[in-house]
Amino acid sequence: MSATFILIPGRTSKQGCGISEGKFGENYQSEINTLQVAPEDMQTLGLMDGDRVRLTGEHGQIDVAIRAAKDGELPPGLLFIAYGDLSSRLMGADTHGSGMPTSKGMDVTMEKIEA
Amino acid sequence: MSTTIAPTPKVGTAELKVIQDATCTFCGCVCDDIDLTVKGHSITEAKRACVLGKAWFLNHEVEEGPSCLIDQKPATVDEGIERAAQILASARYPQVYGLSDSPCEAQRKAVAIADWIGGNIDTTTSVCHGPSGMAFQGVGEVTCTLGEVINRGDMIIFWGSNPAESHPRHFTKYSLMPKGLFTPNGRKDRTCVIVDVRKTKSAKAADIFVQIKPRKDFEALWTLRALARGIPLDAAVVEAETGTPLEKWQELMDKMKASKFGVIFFGMGLTMTRGKHCNSEALLALTRDMNAHTRFVAKPNRGHGNVTGADNVVSWRTGYPFGVNLSKGFPRFNPGEYTTSDVLARGEADAALIIASDPMANFSQAAREHLARIPYVALDPKDTPTTRHAAVAFKVATYGINTGGTVYRMDDVPIPLRPAFESPHPSDFEVLSRIEKRVKEIKPRQKA
Repeated sequence: MSATFILIPGRTSKQGCGISEGKFGENYQSEINTLQVAPEDMQTLGLMDGDRVRLTGEHGQIDVAIRAAKDGELPPGLLFIAYGDLSSRLMGADTHGSGMPTSKGMDVTMEKIEA
Repeated sequence: MSTTIAPTPKVGTAELKVIQDATCTFCGCVCDDIDLTVKGHSITEAKRACVLGKAWFLNHEVEEGPSCLIDQKPATVDEGIERAAQILASARYPQVYGLSDSPCEAQRKAVAIADWIGGNIDTTTSVCHGPSGMAFQGVGEVTCTLGEVINRGDMIIFWGSNPAESHPRHFTKYSLMPKGLFTPNGRKDRTCVIVDVRKTKSAKAADIFVQIKPRKDFEALWTLRALARGIPLDAAVVEAETGTPLEKWQELMDKMKASKFGVIFFGMGLTMTRGKHCNSEALLALTRDMNAHTRFVAKPNRGHGNVTGADNVVSWRTGYPFGVNLSKGFPRFNPGEYTTSDVLARGEADAALIIASDPMANFSQAAREHLARIPYVALDPKDTPTTRHAAVAFKVATYGINTGGTVYRMDDVPIPLRPAFESPHPSDFEVLSRIEKRVKEIKPRQKA
């Protein structure tokens, strides 16, 4: 089963620390490779921490592990991921004459990858 | 401004010393009150630094490995300079990009190289607050320094910005907690408002949290603009569009009008979302409108340590802040045409010079694929996806830790760097100076 969401990539302090520690280090890699999902959406879709999902957007597709967002941080329908390689793979190249690709507020569908 | 950089102190490998008032260059706050305990070639303590600052100082020991790789094989710096200069001098449409984690002195050299080889000069601003830079040109900027925020700011609004995670000392050093001339009680004299699409960690600091619908910043800002002018609005439409009841917007506007000195700090929640420069324009226009009622200013919260310096250096050298083309012998500014993400994604650049940035990890797939196809030169203190694909990769000393120079805080205030220990790797200023010199030898300036 897949459902439609809006993805918000953004900064986290763990991601920021990971840049200084090294981008190939475990802290940075684990942070940019984990998607946060609202607990309500986890329940609706039958998802658990550590499950893997497939996000499909207009410009790309990624497979990523999930964890529940802290209570109240994300409203249902919104997903959050720390900026990095995976989030950038969903960006389109068009900057609409601004130089900036649309990097936040991307429409995606999410479906669970069965183990 | 001096074109040379202050020499780095020579520190013996076993010597223990304290560098007082060192400058942290991780984020745009550029805190210059950090006391560093230095032992040999590492920093063991960074007093007063935030979690990001501590990670910055404590993880920049001297990196192992050669200072230069050519085609991912060890080479001397001399060989790297020669190969880099040959790549750039023979290119027909080279792109020079990055610069937000380099001192101003090195940034000047990068502009000089781009000018000489007739390429584009662009900085990470184009994928940060570049849209705000466009908005400044369209609307203007009512602004101030962070010192004025400390001493006067009593209504502090953060819009699409999460300083608790991106600028951890912002609240305590500049915007919420400090006691100032007209804010003698610090936090008690201020109202903090957070506007965001999600309840970020920063929301805990808010007196008023306004959660708006994603991609509705423009509509929310224009709602406030209308209320600032007393224009009646349809409550049902406002709530349907913004996700927030009209009465809550009215309550916020009443508090904004009643304040003595309002500040709106805005982040990439505006610039990276659909609408981009139009969102920033709406916020800057609201700020301007508010000055009919009280004093109000706006400041972008800048991310990298010297991204503001990059804006300043490129502006004073070319007249424009980013996305500048120099191939005609005079500067032309056009975001979307000369900005790096676009130039790469369209497959136009035939070589690149990437300084202290990581497009191979952060750009669109089309841009990354083209960058991987062309020869490019990368400078970075750390190993990154970008350095790993470079034709020539220089491992450079870390600015602010190993080298001196000047950086600009997010409010355009220049701050000197106080390096802690010497690195065996060359500085980006040194590498770029040598590339500039060699490029000029290979490719003499053609007469007009």
